[in-house]
Amino acid sequence: MLGAAGSKRSEARAGQVRTTAGAPAIGTSSGAAGAPSGRGAKTIEVKGVSLYYGDFQAVEDVTMKIEPNKVTALIGSSGCGKTTFLRALNRMHELTPGAAVEGEISLDGEDVYGAGVDPVQVRRLVGMVFQSPNPFPTMSVYENVAAGLSLNAKRMKKAEMDAVVERSLRGANLWEEVKDRLDKAGSGLSGGQQQRLCIARAIAVEPEVLLMDEPCSALDPVATLAIEDLIRELKDRYTIAIVTHNMQQAARASDLTAFFNLEKSGRPGRLIEIGPTETIFTKPAQQATEDYVSGRFG
Amino acid sequence: MESASQSPRAGASLLASSVGGGILPGWATYAVLGGAAALSTAVLLAAGAFTAALTLAFTVLVACVAIYAWSRAVEGPRRARDRVMTMAIAAAFGLAMIPLFSLIFEVAKRGIPGLSLEFFTSDARGVVGGGGAEHAIVGTLMITGVAALISVPIGIMAAIYLTEYGTGRLRRALTFFVDVMTGIPSIVAGLFAYALFEIFLGPGIRLGVMGSVALSVLMIPIVIRSAEEVLKIVPAHLREAAYALGTPKWKTITRIVLPTAFAGLVTGVMLAVARIIGETAPLLVTTGVIDSLNSDPFHGRMQNLAVYAYNEYRSPGLMKQASYDRAWAAALTLIAIVMILNVAARLVYRRYKTEIR
Repeated sequence: MLGAAGSKRSEARAGQVRTTAGAPAIGTSSGAAGAPSGRGAKTIEVKGVSLYYGDFQAVEDVTMKIEPNKVTALIGSSGCGKTTFLRALNRMHELTPGAAVEGEISLDGEDVYGAGVDPVQVRRLVGMVFQSPNPFPTMSVYENVAAGLSLNAKRMKKAEMDAVVERSLRGANLWEEVKDRLDKAGSGLSGGQQQRLCIARAIAVEPEVLLMDEPCSALDPVATLAIEDLIRELKDRYTIAIVTHNMQQAARASDLTAFFNLEKSGRPGRLIEIGPTETIFTKPAQQATEDYVSGRFG
Repeated sequence: MESASQSPRAGASLLASSVGGGILPGWATYAVLGGAAALSTAVLLAAGAFTAALTLAFTVLVACVAIYAWSRAVEGPRRARDRVMTMAIAAAFGLAMIPLFSLIFEVAKRGIPGLSLEFFTSDARGVVGGGGAEHAIVGTLMITGVAALISVPIGIMAAIYLTEYGTGRLRRALTFFVDVMTGIPSIVAGLFAYALFEIFLGPGIRLGVMGSVALSVLMIPIVIRSAEEVLKIVPAHLREAAYALGTPKWKTITRIVLPTAFAGLVTGVMLAVARIIGETAPLLVTTGVIDSLNSDPFHGRMQNLAVYAYNEYRSPGLMKQASYDRAWAAALTLIAIVMILNVAARLVYRRYKTEIR
């Protein structure tokens, strides 16, 4: 059993190597071939952000920076506002009735909540992968990947579209598994494949930033590993923020870790500290962080 | 087993004692029902009060008491209660089915003699005591079709407003009024349509499209309610997935939400059509009565099956039985159309339903 898992892992690794070799092809399309951090991924800067659902304050006064071409993990106990914070970054938070945002969030210096800014445009630049895989049930694998483009009324030749779909599926390490059933329903794939399909769908529109909300919480360890490998590859081209409850996942996949906590239930969540993952997990500045990462509470 | 039923408490078996000992044989329910039926028949015959309905009622009562007594003696009180409840619920179900099957049987029995090629292919113009119902069949299909054309877009768009756009007090108020509208008596809808057209076209006006408007008043709230329920179960995470790709709201609705809900929407519409297709009262005052075929809803009176059946029964003319036969045949045709719509709705649902998790 262990052996089997081990071999799966090496397979995933092999896939990673293969796709990395193909990466320049993706890079060229955006004009920066090959170089690991060359794609001009964007920085998100967050200043004094508080988030509300009606009268309830979910997040209080968060100031942090999400670095380009790095994976930033958001950890913390349930209900401390990590997901809410993530959803505020691409203006999904305001879709909840009564939701409100205070403070400043900027994407490479441009205010995301500025007066003339269309939330739809923000979401095209800041993609999102959700907790449970949610491929569109009425669409095939191909249509799911193409959805972002076809829904946004981009007129494209069939050949171009084919190229985007293949590139995105390769980027999500899914091409080899689904290339023979592109016209089958996306919901017919396994959970892990569905989640990678959703990642392919998100990167098909070439966003600058990719937000992931516990992308592995509904997946088994093997599928989780495949996604983590993928995340490490994707950071070459994107800025990535990932919410996770899985401490090992944060340790394995992220470069920076932000720890959120709340004093007690009903109080807003706060950012306790942020730093290199290594530091947060070995010698954090705050006692609360050390308690959390060592499993003493939460 | 044997020893457990003889000494349920003293025995070592926990499982056996927990259900009170023995278990009735599998045929017990049927035996009790048969016995109760025989007993009820005999007693009622002896008393000279035998009727089928009375016997059935007595049989159920006697069977309930008997199965309880027998089961309690052998199996203990918990199982006995369970058996009585099962029997009572099955009896209630049977009771609900009796009128349905007796209705279909009766309509088929009386309607089939009136069916003929002539019934479907000729109208009743200038015919004394004969003719067919082609004009009524065409009229029913046209009036209902136009009603659906009016109601479906309005109803589905209203449902989209309620599920995707409406918020707070306004939404709640609208939902309330839609609920009120589903309860409007159909004759009121007919009078409303008449009054509306009378303003523009003068008193005594009768048009096919007036009937369609009247039926729309009845149909729209049904479509709204069913479409609203179907749109509500489209999971929020699909909408969010579309938004996260930078899809505008209207496109999310037209390309993601509506296709996902398609099967349910079609089913809802078909059932709404089935619900209004047999309306009589509103059509009496809006489309009028006529003996000849008219397939132009914007010009002149239009017959329909329900009004046709009513008329054949009310004024049968010289050959009474032939008229009655035609009335029943019209009723049978109407039921057949409703059944076909229901079957079609199920087929569409099965073909297009989306697995939603």
